[in-house]
Amino acid sequence: MDKTEQKRTLSGRRRAYELILRSLLYLCAALTLALLVFVIGYIFVRGLPHITWELLSTSPSYIRDTIGILPNILNTLFLVVVTLVITLPLGVGAAIYLTEYAKNKKLVAAIEFATETLTGIPSIIFGLVGMLFFCQLLGLQASLLAGALTLVIVTIPTIIRTTQESLKTVPQSYREAALGLGSGKWTMIRTVVLPSSIDGIVTGCILSVGRIVGESAALLFTAGMGMSMNNFFGSLDQFLHSSGASLTVALYVYARERAEFDVAFAIAAILMILTLVINLAAGLAGRKLKK
Amino acid sequence: MKQKIRPMEKIMSGVFLFCGIIAIAFVLFISIYLIISGLPAIRQIGLAEFLLGDKWASTASEPKFGILPFILTSIYGTCGAILIGVPVGFMTAVFLAKVASPKVAAVVRPAVELLAGIPSVVYGLIGMMVLVPAVREAFDLPDGASLFCAIIVLAVVLLPSIISVSENALKAVPREYEEASLALGATQIETIFKVSAPAASSGIAAAVVLGIGRAIGEAMAIMMVAGNVANMPSLFASVRFLTTAVASEMAYASGLQRQALYSIALVLFVFIMIINIVLNSLLKRKGD
Repeated sequence: MDKTEQKRTLSGRRRAYELILRSLLYLCAALTLALLVFVIGYIFVRGLPHITWELLSTSPSYIRDTIGILPNILNTLFLVVVTLVITLPLGVGAAIYLTEYAKNKKLVAAIEFATETLTGIPSIIFGLVGMLFFCQLLGLQASLLAGALTLVIVTIPTIIRTTQESLKTVPQSYREAALGLGSGKWTMIRTVVLPSSIDGIVTGCILSVGRIVGESAALLFTAGMGMSMNNFFGSLDQFLHSSGASLTVALYVYARERAEFDVAFAIAAILMILTLVINLAAGLAGRKLKK
Repeated sequence: MKQKIRPMEKIMSGVFLFCGIIAIAFVLFISIYLIISGLPAIRQIGLAEFLLGDKWASTASEPKFGILPFILTSIYGTCGAILIGVPVGFMTAVFLAKVASPKVAAVVRPAVELLAGIPSVVYGLIGMMVLVPAVREAFDLPDGASLFCAIIVLAVVLLPSIISVSENALKAVPREYEEASLALGATQIETIFKVSAPAASSGIAAAVVLGIGRAIGEAMAIMMVAGNVANMPSLFASVRFLTTAVASEMAYASGLQRQALYSIALVLFVFIMIINIVLNSLLKRKGD
């Protein structure tokens, strides 16, 4: 029975059911799409005109009464780099342990449960614990380093999951071949397993960068809300204690506390562009992974 | 050569074990830390008064620490967001998984992923600048920042995760089920809603639970639209959620007030853990 013939033989009630649900499906998909178009369109229309070279390349100045977001850009960059440097070895190591070493099934289940749990914990809780532990107990105060350490906990599940996925796709015969040639386990992992799962690790990194760039609640009380320029690498003390707002936190502060909406929208537009780029990059890496 | 490798092998397997255990350590560390810092205030205020007290006046001369308004706001807000977000998200997922042509899906799917990637402060900003004034005009309120706005923003924030989890669940339905239904004369839509959806129900339930977790834990987006006054929840009143209660006073709180904020975080954490456990068991059932 082809489709038109089937339609003719349907009872009125079934035809109404079909029509209503089908239109609802299209309506909801259109709504989702319209939402995205609206969000992107609105942010760009309000934000793009205010992105100027001066905004991007200066710090805020009370004397000249200008606002610049260069410190916030650098803070975000610092957070991304420091977080990844710590979280990447830990996360990849955990994934390697889970797929290559672990023999105890209970331990594996416990680690996987812990990873799932970490994924579900809201960032405000990470922020609070980060503040209590890194800023107060370890004496880092509100600093970008404390922020980065908090973000390590936020991002580690992503790295573990994506690395684990790609480690699983490495054919068992590769491992057997390496072991058969007399290599030890670590040598096998270093020379065979890791190189063939590099795409998954890259995807995990990109997703983590997205998470770090978009994160705000976990940073509010750990990295602080400072808007002035930091000299991160001047001395060890500055590295440990410089505090400052990331782009997201700066957006929040400018929108909520200073009513500088043009700046807020400009930052939002920058964040949107970053999100677009990160999504494209993750898509590309993911496609490469499938090959 | 072999002798050179051996000690390295041992060291590395120890290193990997350490990395593996670190996730567990993080969870334990967060739980223990929250309990230790959250309990003193609850003990001082009294559990019943803390959880069921309907007045929060942390800075008054005779401070009151009842978080029932926050708990109820979080629950109402989450329910509202789920009521809006789940039907729209589920329908979009059905559209993507079953109805859309590959070309259309190739446009909509990245769009959904993009929605998921947008930072929540950006949603908050749009809510604050577009939704709040619109609500104020439409309902003739003195201030538009309200539970209603927070529900809408939450629904948008949790939409992408509902879509992607339920889409995966729908895609995992064995093709034979659908073919059998079609062969019996059911239309495509009837097959989707009477065969595929029930077969994917545990995955869709997981999507709902995941959405609940997202909604209850979201802070920044709703902080910008909910008004942040510790009222009992009502649709057009300015309200404060569990998350925003923690965030909005943390900057200046001290003493018992500060400790009470830790206790709020502990309550939030208990909620999240319950949701996580439900989610895990749902996902596991799907895997079997």
